[in-house]
Amino acid sequence: MTARGDTPILEIEDLNISYYTRAGEIPAVIDFTLTVDRSETVGLVGESGCGKSTVAWAIMQFMGNNGAIKSGSIKFIGHELNDLSDEALRQLRGSEISMIYQEPFAALNPSLTIASQLMEVPITHEQVSKKEAWERCAQMLSDVHLPDPQRIMHAYPHQLSGGQQQRVVISMALLSNPSLLLLDEPTTALDVTVEAGIVKLIADISKKFGTSQIYISHNLGLISEVCERVYVMYSGEVVEQGSINSVFTRPKHPYTQGLFGCIPLPPTDKNAAPLRPIKGQLPLPHKRPRGCNFGPRCDHFEAGRCDARNVTMVPVAGSDVVDHRVRCLRWNEIDGRGPPAQAKAKPPIELGERVLEVKHMQKYYEVHDRTIAAFISGQSIRFVKANEALDFDARRGETVAIVGESGCGKSTFAKVLMGLECSSAGELRHEGLEIGNTLVNRRSSQQQNALQMVFQNPNDTLNPSHTVGAQIARVIEKFGIEKDKNKIRERVLNLLDDVKLPRDFYFCRPRQLSGGQKQRVGIARAFAGNPSLVIADEPVSSLDVSVAAAVTELLMEIQREHQTTLLFISHDLSVVRYLADRIVVMYLGQIMERGTTEEIFAPPYHPYTEALLSAVPIADPDIEKREIVLEGDLPSALDPPMGCPFVTRCPRKLGEICEQERPLMQSLSREHAIACHIPIEELQHIEPVISVSPASERLRAK
Amino acid sequence: MANATVTTTPESTHWTALKRAIRSFALFRESWIGMIGAAIIVFWILVAIFAPLISPFDPLATLQPFAKPGTTFVKGGTFLLGTDHIGRDILSRLIWGSRTVLIYAPLATFTAYAVGILMGLAAGYQRGWVDDVLSRISDIVLSFPVLVLYIIIIATIGASGVNIIIAITFASAPGVMRIVRGLVLDLRSRDYVAAAQIRGESAWYIMLVEILPNARGPLIVDACLRMGYVIITIGVLGFLGLGLPPPDPDWGGMINETRQMAMAFPHMALFPCMAISSLILGFNLLADGLREISLRD
Repeated sequence: MTARGDTPILEIEDLNISYYTRAGEIPAVIDFTLTVDRSETVGLVGESGCGKSTVAWAIMQFMGNNGAIKSGSIKFIGHELNDLSDEALRQLRGSEISMIYQEPFAALNPSLTIASQLMEVPITHEQVSKKEAWERCAQMLSDVHLPDPQRIMHAYPHQLSGGQQQRVVISMALLSNPSLLLLDEPTTALDVTVEAGIVKLIADISKKFGTSQIYISHNLGLISEVCERVYVMYSGEVVEQGSINSVFTRPKHPYTQGLFGCIPLPPTDKNAAPLRPIKGQLPLPHKRPRGCNFGPRCDHFEAGRCDARNVTMVPVAGSDVVDHRVRCLRWNEIDGRGPPAQAKAKPPIELGERVLEVKHMQKYYEVHDRTIAAFISGQSIRFVKANEALDFDARRGETVAIVGESGCGKSTFAKVLMGLECSSAGELRHEGLEIGNTLVNRRSSQQQNALQMVFQNPNDTLNPSHTVGAQIARVIEKFGIEKDKNKIRERVLNLLDDVKLPRDFYFCRPRQLSGGQKQRVGIARAFAGNPSLVIADEPVSSLDVSVAAAVTELLMEIQREHQTTLLFISHDLSVVRYLADRIVVMYLGQIMERGTTEEIFAPPYHPYTEALLSAVPIADPDIEKREIVLEGDLPSALDPPMGCPFVTRCPRKLGEICEQERPLMQSLSREHAIACHIPIEELQHIEPVISVSPASERLRAK
Repeated sequence: MANATVTTTPESTHWTALKRAIRSFALFRESWIGMIGAAIIVFWILVAIFAPLISPFDPLATLQPFAKPGTTFVKGGTFLLGTDHIGRDILSRLIWGSRTVLIYAPLATFTAYAVGILMGLAAGYQRGWVDDVLSRISDIVLSFPVLVLYIIIIATIGASGVNIIIAITFASAPGVMRIVRGLVLDLRSRDYVAAAQIRGESAWYIMLVEILPNARGPLIVDACLRMGYVIITIGVLGFLGLGLPPPDPDWGGMINETRQMAMAFPHMALFPCMAISSLILGFNLLADGLREISLRD
């Protein structure tokens, strides 16, 4: 931390922001105080709707036409921003204060070249010549580790990958050498291995350019890896602030503690130590409770005290804690008691017979190239090899996770399994019957019923035109489980009970529900006909941390009750570690490694698994990770490498053999197999990626 | 979830449906443009319903030729809007003529929509050769100037109420199909459609129950606009002498019959023109209002 004598880059004091809507005034940010020192990175973490982005917009003094700063001050190097004129603000924005947004493809203008978008910055703010602007931009592009800056300068945004686009956006923000950089979820839209590269870049920037940063994210793991200090927000207020070490190892506020109970960190386990979701829901901004906003959801709530009046921030007195403050009246009383009401351990599910067998399954898509060049060369049909030689199986009651980044073919596999597409070759057997070549309409009613799916996007999974009850009832009616109208209805109401939703939701339309509630209905719908196998395609990846924990637990519980086989598709290894019995790691349509969860998470690793493990951010400062940052992007599935698909990015590439020959599966145990040319003996000597330091307080506390 | 209490029997569908209707209407009332449009349309609907009560004369009776507006009739009563060249009261003919328009325009729009929606659903959902065939057919129809198309069709099959509807359906359905097809192409990739496919629902169930209700917003707005065009079309057909055969009162026909005398007796053509314009305006304003609301939330 820099010397306290300097003027801080940013000082926000007692900031209150409201939005004015037809429903009246909605306070979005209440009593917000924050300081950012020179070349310091400060994290702002919270769930959606907690006001963290509003703070960023307020710093930019860009509140839209229905938002207003009601009181408080925002001082930028000693100057009050609230008093600046529009003209002065225009000088400031993009030159002294820059912002990086969540979606790079929305931040870049698709009809202008990268060069013209980048050069605009120095030309507008510093009136430099075109030649100088060009040189500075090219230099900046190489500073953000983009290969071949001259080519990228001439490119249009659509010619770059998502990761490259985000690097361009970052370089644009840095061109004017700003004193303060606001990053609003800069990596949420990117794949994990690409994210790891961007996070490292952002961390390097503050060192290299001395830029102060405010890093906004919902991801506690990212915040812990990037920031020095953190502000935890809940329902418009900061509830806890302090250094990463202090807040992440000894959280004081019940909400922060609750958040840590919701993320599948290494000691948690679906059987022995399940997640502990925070009860209840985020209050609507105009329906906040009296007193502590977290009161109704807090396990330590004391009536008459916590709901008496607004709670203020108090410093946490302690031996080695500096600047750790918490908005809780009872922090001292509840401190040291550890997490309340440890969730009960459950016995592991007993696995039954084999339900699903996949043998050498292939799925190719034909792409017709109608250009003249393709016609001349005679290669007018090309194949997208979405799935290549998939081999695995799943047993009754088992959870098998398919892990991989976007474009690895996991969704294609789901489509083939569900009968929305036919496989090109190989076998796909469900309870002994071949289904790979049978589209869903040709399958028997039992088979349709037996295979169901939970989808990723909560806003898309339910039909907005029909009531919740009707959508679940349709499944029961379709599969003839009940015939009588009243019995169907009774069953739907029971299913709503099962997914812990009020029965009133029967007549609700999806838009009246929150994301987590919609996902629960999606689960109820998938399980309505007692399927034997359910595919869950990233069912919690778009939900908030505390909601995701509750939905994950619900999914596990229903699976346990029905002895369902669950195929869990995900890119997030920490969730997968928590809930899967076995893991299949895929890259570019092929299986790289498969095995039980313990086998995947311990050496020997496939080099890709190793990189994935390193890329997933972990919200625990005590855990040490080996840093492996992959270069480049996923190759196109139209034109995959001849040999090992991972060869273009592999840090352990052997040479010629990796480029020319496809590696065979090397078996290590009954379940564990790795597709790599590196001999197993050598892979066995790789150090573990994740290691917990023996002095970990968090683990000792458990 | 906080305010929802657990009860064993949730409130009935009819009650919630009623509440939703009231809420939608409250929302609609905030758009004054839409309210004006709705008022004009409701006015004409009332006129059409109560035509026998409010029309001062028999619309087919020849009473007194070339009377200017405001002339008193010898047998009692006043020609408020004058009479035409063979002595029929223009106001009475306008009032009865509203029935023609308000029966044929919605019917024609409805059939055009029925055909267009089915084609659009099939083309957008099935893709492949179904899409190719349906799209090319609609391209061919759309490549003809509409007026020429109407003249060819009506000249071939003869002028009658049913034939007007057939002609309008033939000419408008391809336009509707294009809109529906575009909407379906977007909606078919939604997860709830995939969920229905996984359940093994039939293609028509998915198209009609899962997809169509979600396309209703833009379709309702477009239907109102198209209703305006259909009213113009019915007027134009009447004007060209291809409308309803005389002597039934028809606004377009009234303009046609009296246009040669428009310089000397402007009221004969002017009032039917105003009637047509006002009804079209009503539907356009209603469409604007609905669009405004649908964009707001």
